[in-house]
Amino acid sequence: MTSILEVQNLVKNYGDFQAVKGVSFNIEEGEIFSLLGPNGAGKTTTISMLSTLYTPTSGDAVIGGHSVTKDPMAVRGVIGVVPQDLALYEDLTARENLVFWGQMYNLSGKALHARVDEVLEQIGLTDKAKDRVKTYSGGMKRRVNIGVGLLHKPRLLFMDEPTVGIDPQSRRAILDTVKDLNKQGMTLLYTTHYMEEAEELSNRVGIIDHGELIAIGSQKELTQQVGQSETLILHINENDDPQALIPSFRGITDVLEANVIGTEISIITPSAKDVLASVVSKANERGIKIRSIDIREPNLEAVFLHLTGRALRD
Amino acid sequence: MLKTFLIGIKDLRLAFRDRAALILMLAAPFVLTLGLGLVTGRFSGNNNSGLSDIPVIIVNLDNEQLGNALADVFTSEELADLMEPSASSDPEAARKLIDEDEAAAVVIIPEGFTRSIVPQQGDFNNPDAVTAEPVRIEVYTNPSRPTGAGIVKAVVDEFLSRVNEGSLSGGVSIVQLMLSGRITPDQAEAAGIAMGERLQTGTTDSALAIKINSSTADGEEVDFDILAYLAPGMALMFLMYTVSYGGRSILAEKTQGTLPRLLVSPTSASQILGGKVFGIFLTGAAQMLILIGASSLLFQLKWGDPIGVIVLVFAAVFGATGWGMFITALARTPAQVANVGMSITLIFGIMGGSFISLDQMPPAIQTFSKIAPNSWALDGFTTLGLGGTLADLSSPLVALLSMGTILFLVSVVLFGKKNLVQK
Repeated sequence: MTSILEVQNLVKNYGDFQAVKGVSFNIEEGEIFSLLGPNGAGKTTTISMLSTLYTPTSGDAVIGGHSVTKDPMAVRGVIGVVPQDLALYEDLTARENLVFWGQMYNLSGKALHARVDEVLEQIGLTDKAKDRVKTYSGGMKRRVNIGVGLLHKPRLLFMDEPTVGIDPQSRRAILDTVKDLNKQGMTLLYTTHYMEEAEELSNRVGIIDHGELIAIGSQKELTQQVGQSETLILHINENDDPQALIPSFRGITDVLEANVIGTEISIITPSAKDVLASVVSKANERGIKIRSIDIREPNLEAVFLHLTGRALRD
Repeated sequence: MLKTFLIGIKDLRLAFRDRAALILMLAAPFVLTLGLGLVTGRFSGNNNSGLSDIPVIIVNLDNEQLGNALADVFTSEELADLMEPSASSDPEAARKLIDEDEAAAVVIIPEGFTRSIVPQQGDFNNPDAVTAEPVRIEVYTNPSRPTGAGIVKAVVDEFLSRVNEGSLSGGVSIVQLMLSGRITPDQAEAAGIAMGERLQTGTTDSALAIKINSSTADGEEVDFDILAYLAPGMALMFLMYTVSYGGRSILAEKTQGTLPRLLVSPTSASQILGGKVFGIFLTGAAQMLILIGASSLLFQLKWGDPIGVIVLVFAAVFGATGWGMFITALARTPAQVANVGMSITLIFGIMGGSFISLDQMPPAIQTFSKIAPNSWALDGFTTLGLGGTLADLSSPLVALLSMGTILFLVSVVLFGKKNLVQK
C-alpha cells in the first residue's frame, strides 16, 4: 500500500498556546483513518492544516505527492472536506448548492450536472433537490454538507465530526455512507470523539489528546496496550460521592485502574468476575448503593482511560 | 475569472432571495419616491411644488438698475416655464403669503440696493455712500417647498455673485487707473458710473448664467420632472444599503462556514474577494436598473439620455461598492456592517440631497457631501433629467470612479492586514 497522506511533525501555535504539538502519522490509500479524541484535543486544527485552511507553525504534510505548505492549490484538488459545521447557502436549493460547489471544484457543463445527479442520488435527496436547504431537517442538511465534499470525487476525504448534534437515524445513515464511500475506493480521514464510531469505521485509529498523538494503530493493536483487561462500570446514586470509593477500589488485588466519570466509576481489571465481589463489598462498607454494573470488553475507551487517566467524555 | 463571475452571480441570486433585503433594496425606495411624488403634487397634476411654475413673489423696493435687473431675471423668457413670478410692494404681506403656503419664496430687494453697489452721480463726493455696507437682499423661503425655494435662492445667489464680481473688478480698476495717473479723482466718478451701467447691462444680459438647463443642446424645451430628482435620490440612498448588505455577506460567509469551505477548494483568495466585489456591484446595478425601469414604466419618468443613465448607474454603483468594501474591511462582524451600513445609508442620503436639496444645506455640509457617492450621482441624474448627455457628466463620473478605486484599494490593504480567516 502507498501513503496518500504523510504528516511530518505538524505544529500549530496560537501565541503561547500550542494547539497541535508535533503530530506525525501516515494514511494508506483506501483506508479509513480516525482521529479519536475529546473536544479541544486538536482534531479540527489538525484537519484545518491538512486541508490548507491554516498554515502550520512548523512541520509539513504531503498529500497525494503535494506539500500543504508549498503547493496548497494542488493539495486542494486532491482532497475533499466535510466541515464539522454546516457550510451551505441556505437560500439556495440542494441542487444549486451542489452545482455552485462543483463549479468551485472546476466541474462544468454536462459532467457537472451528471455528477450532481449522482451525488443527489447518493445522499438520498433527489426528490428534494429543488427545495431550499433552509427548509431541510438537520440530518438532510448534513447529507448535503457531505455531498458537497464528494462532488469532485476526491482521493482523500476529510470528515470532521460529521455526526455531531444529529438524530440517531441520520447518524446511522452517515456512518453507512462513510463505509460505502470507502468500499468505492475513497480514502477517509474521520475525526470523532465517539469511540463507537471510530471502532465501527476505522482500519486504524490515532488517539489525540491535548494536541499530541498519544497512540496509533488498529483497534486490536491499541487495545493490546491495556492487555486483556476488562472494564467494570459501576452506576451509583447521584447523591453518593463516587470519589470516596476510589482509594478502597484501588486497594483491591487485580484492580489496575479506578476512576470517576460523572456519577459512574470505571475499573480496569484483568478479570471482572474475580473482582466483582470485592467491589460490591467495599461499596457496602461505605454505605454506597450500586444501582447497576456493566462489564465491557477491551475497547478504545479503555485505551484512552489507560493512556490519559480520563474518559473521552471528560 | 470564471469563478469570480460565478461567485458574483451566486451572490446576486442570494440577494434577490432575501425578502427583507428586497424590501429595503426595491420596495422602500419605490414607496418613498411614490410618497414624495404625492407630497410634491407630481401625481395630482398640481405643479405648484414641482420644478416648473415655481411661485415666487418679488418685492422690489429698490426700483433702480440692479433691483430692476434682478426682477427682470424672474420674468425673463428663459425662466418663463420654471418660474411663476408675481410682484408685491409690501414685504410683510408677501411673507404672510409664504407662511400660508401660497408661494415657494419671496425675494425682497431693499431700497438702496443698487446705490449700495453702483455709485450714482454725486456719491463720489459723499464718503458715506461709498463705504456703506451693501444692502442685503432677503429671500424668505417656504420650508414645505424646499426644492422650489432652493431654486429661487440659487437664482438670486447667482445674480449676486455676478454683481459682486462686477463691483469688485470695477472698484479695483478705478483705483488702478487713479494710481497710475491715467485718470484724476474727478474723472473717477464718471468712470465708476460708466462701469456701473455696464455692470447693470451685463447682469441683465447674462442673468441666466444660472443654468437650469431648460433646453437640450438642440434647443428643444425640456420640462424637468420633480421625480427625476426624487427617484434617483431615493434609489441612491438605498443603493448604500445594498452595498453594505453585500459587504456584510463577506463576513457572513465567514461565520456560516462557506468562506473557509471556499478557501479549501481550488479557488484563490483573490478570486473569492473579486467574486464578492462583483456580486455587490451586480446587485447594486440590478437594483438601480430595476428602479429606473419601474419608475419609467409606472410614473412615465424620463431619466434622460439612456447611455448617460447606464454609464452613470455603473459609476455610482462602483463608487458605492467602494464604500461597502471599506465599511466591511473596518468591521469585525456582520452585525457591525449592518449597523454602520444603515447609518451610512441615512447620513449619505441626507448629505447627498436625497431628502433636501443640497442648496438648502450649510456650505460646510455641501462641501462634506462630496464624500457621498449619492451627491455626485444625484448631480449627474439631475443633469440628465434636465436634458444633459453623457458628455455633461465628466465631473460626477470622474469623482465616482476615483472614489470607488481609492476605497477599493484601501479596503484590499485592510483585508490583507486583518486576515479573513484565522491562519
